[in-house]
Amino acid sequence: MSKALLIARREMGAYARSPLGGVIIGGALLIEGILFYYWGLSQKMLSAEVLSEFFYAASGVTMVSSLVLSMRLIAEERQTHTFTLLNTAPIRDWEIIVGKYLSALGMLAILTVLTLYMPALIFVNGKVSVGHIAVGYAGLLLIGSATIAIGLFASSLTSSQVVAAIVGAAILVALILLWMLAGEVEPPLNDVLAAMAFHHQNFMPFQKGILELKGVAYYSAVTYFFLLSATKILEARRWR
Amino acid sequence: MIQIRELYKYYGERRAIGPLSVEIGQGEIVGLLGVNGAGKTTALRILACDLLPSAGSVKVDGIDVVESPEAVRERIGYLPDTPPLYGDMRVGEYLAFAARLRGVPSKDVARRVVAVEELTALRERHDDPISTLSHGFQQRCGIAQAIIHEPKLVVLDEPISGLDPVQIVEMRALVRKLGGTHTVIVSSHILSEISETCDRILVIKDGEIVASGTEEELSSRLLEGVRVRVTVRAIGAPASAASGRAKTVLASVAGVTGVEATHTSESGDTVSSFTVEAKTDIRPALVQAVLGAGLELLELGRHEHELESVFLRLAGSSNAAAKEESAS
Repeated sequence: MSKALLIARREMGAYARSPLGGVIIGGALLIEGILFYYWGLSQKMLSAEVLSEFFYAASGVTMVSSLVLSMRLIAEERQTHTFTLLNTAPIRDWEIIVGKYLSALGMLAILTVLTLYMPALIFVNGKVSVGHIAVGYAGLLLIGSATIAIGLFASSLTSSQVVAAIVGAAILVALILLWMLAGEVEPPLNDVLAAMAFHHQNFMPFQKGILELKGVAYYSAVTYFFLLSATKILEARRWR
Repeated sequence: MIQIRELYKYYGERRAIGPLSVEIGQGEIVGLLGVNGAGKTTALRILACDLLPSAGSVKVDGIDVVESPEAVRERIGYLPDTPPLYGDMRVGEYLAFAARLRGVPSKDVARRVVAVEELTALRERHDDPISTLSHGFQQRCGIAQAIIHEPKLVVLDEPISGLDPVQIVEMRALVRKLGGTHTVIVSSHILSEISETCDRILVIKDGEIVASGTEEELSSRLLEGVRVRVTVRAIGAPASAASGRAKTVLASVAGVTGVEATHTSESGDTVSSFTVEAKTDIRPALVQAVLGAGLELLELGRHEHELESVFLRLAGSSNAAAKEESAS
């Protein structure tokens, strides 16, 4: 595990040294600020509703940011041939994947912490509970974690960051749209598809400040599945 | 140190390696020589556990690369054909990262970084970002990361590629230095690099080892004799007759099977150069004959392209061999 942390630290350093980290965080904060102003502050709503709208908007920004953060993780290293250093070091493939995942999650955590001023404004000027804020942020980190895992899996498939971004986005959008499909099919398949949908049924409770084990289990399972798949891709590529 | 038995590697239906069997001893510096596409990089990637073999067994220090790849990787330092350098990191920072990644204990990391920086003449570049280094220094940095954990085996894939003549000389010296404490495998398609730095040459063609030995062993086995380059000056002879007279003198030496006039870079009408072929080393007899005939001997030595001839015959295509024949 210490090797995974070593890789995570190096990756965090790479985000900090390149403009990428700053651009992603700055861009995400700008968009979240605009959405917060438009949806939250310019309409007459209860403060709990404003907070819910904030988490809804932030979930979208979090998904896009997570995808952009993760698309480079393996693809860029393959493109610049630095992946050989990791591939020929005495570490296991899962340590490489976990290290990369933790670095993007760390960046996402920094981005998420920097958005705290918006709920803080609602908290100070309105009536919302700390629990609502905490659960909403837990939801953001969980949905971000699952998106990073999807992006990392896509990144492990190719040496092109553009292709990785397209594949990651395709998987993500397909998972999100499952709730639309759920409305078109007969029971019990509709319930299965609705439960598998990435955002709709699984994120809504977090947004409203309701902590449901179902949502936590769903995002944890998606994260695990795609990290495991990425590890298997690395193992398989050694045979090619 | 290395035992490779019946190794095969397929990329889809295409056979890149195999059958390949070879043993390399502790402390040897071995050159893997072959044209582009011969399978050098694939063989080295398998050895470095970057790729897995399709069939056969590869053992490093008695450990199988498929069964215990992590244990093998601890014993290997690998420089691929493109050095795996993070351009955004500084030299010292990168080497410390590589050291930790390869399992060097934290308390020893700083000491090892200083040691490899001194060995590869990177000490003054310790704080420079890698992206600002010249190609030669980046190559040194690549070697430094490969030896940071004091591996038993160092695998260098074309370490001299793209270097200027001064850097080539320095790199050769560095590779020879490594030979004292490590087993070293160097791949290249550059003949002089292999012959001047390695104890033994393995010639690879179409994924198979087609010859193994020192330069002299390969030459004597495959060239069926020796080729000697001679440059003489015929004192007092008319310019038109000088070359003919010298050729007659050289051809009269016992054991000579052929004399061919070649282009000379020396100035003067009466100076001429020849390639003399013989079944045995007749250099002393040639010296005596030239001096005995009253010719001035300007130069005499084994043909500098001898190994190239061997290489082209072993590893090259029929076209390359034909070109070499017509050029000599």
